Amino acid sequence: MILQNLIECNKWHIAVYKTNLSLYSKIINMNVFFQTWPWYISGFIIGLIMLSLLYFGKSFGMSSNLRSMCAMIGAGNKVSFFDFDWKSQRWNLVVVVGAILGGFVAVNFMSDPSNVTINPKTIDALAQLGLDAPNGQLMPSLLFGNDNFLTLKNLAILLAGGILVGFGARYAGGCTSGHAISGLSNLQLPSLKAVIGFFIGGLIMVHLLFPLIF
Amino acid sequence: MKVLKYIIVGFVFGIVLTKSEAVSWYRIYEMFQFQSFHMYGIISVAILTGIVGIQLIKRNDIKDIDGAPIEIPNKENGNYRYWIGGIIFGLGWGLVGSCPGPIFILLGAGFYSIIVVLAGAMIGTFIYGVVRDKLPH
Repeated sequence: MILQNLIECNKWHIAVYKTNLSLYSKIINMNVFFQTWPWYISGFIIGLIMLSLLYFGKSFGMSSNLRSMCAMIGAGNKVSFFDFDWKSQRWNLVVVVGAILGGFVAVNFMSDPSNVTINPKTIDALAQLGLDAPNGQLMPSLLFGNDNFLTLKNLAILLAGGILVGFGARYAGGCTSGHAISGLSNLQLPSLKAVIGFFIGGLIMVHLLFPLIF
Repeated sequence: MKVLKYIIVGFVFGIVLTKSEAVSWYRIYEMFQFQSFHMYGIISVAILTGIVGIQLIKRNDIKDIDGAPIEIPNKENGNYRYWIGGIIFGLGWGLVGSCPGPIFILLGAGFYSIIVVLAGAMIGTFIYGVVRDKLPH
């Protein structure tokens, strides 16, 4: 009788132990969820996003939305490049709305102070340029912070950068999503030229021009 | 449902790019400094996944959601537009650390400064539309 009780008790203990263990692993999993997502998971999901748009009969490309938005506000009346049926691209603008919502949710409900742990050497290089370290933030507050960006210099940097991105993406016929992900996945030589161009431009900017700008 | 699937795709895109920090100016800077494998890993795995997926689609004649064959148009041949356009894009990418996708995502993340970048990107797109016929492609 006593032995039976002991066995029952032991079973109960094991059950409790198992429940605790699964709860504990869930907590760990939640932490993983809040931390920086590893590159192999993120890259895989981005690949799936591109493929799911192909399955929907569309293609993955973000910069073409900029053309649609220009057309939306009437640029087609003046410039023929924007005189196209942008309404056929509404699905992509819906993807943009989803992306904005995703950014909102990820930053407000899924963030952790451990985020954006970059290489200490990178932080040193930033300090030499006079830019602040991440401290869990996505963007340097001295350039992008809501309290700091309204200086003439910062506004000029942000506007010029945007113009280069918009002009370059349309001239090259695509951006990181259209060329680097969609194009290279389809083994397109033109996309490889564009992506090498992206990196040449980025390296010139960061290594040669940053010391002059910041 | 038609609209919902695009919202979901965009939503997942926004979350993944934020949580992987591909939208972060810091991560782009770190990438161009060759001081982390993180961004290279993301881009490589995305492309590998895409290559495998597209090969599966092509070899098995997989149809899209409406039953039509999935056709992926080839990019036009050319040199000037890809090299020059690519380098100009890269200069901007390195400077503001955000390509068009992240520009929208960061808007949702609450950075008002990105509105200036977005305005610039639209102006840049507009300028291309104006001078397009004069550019070598």
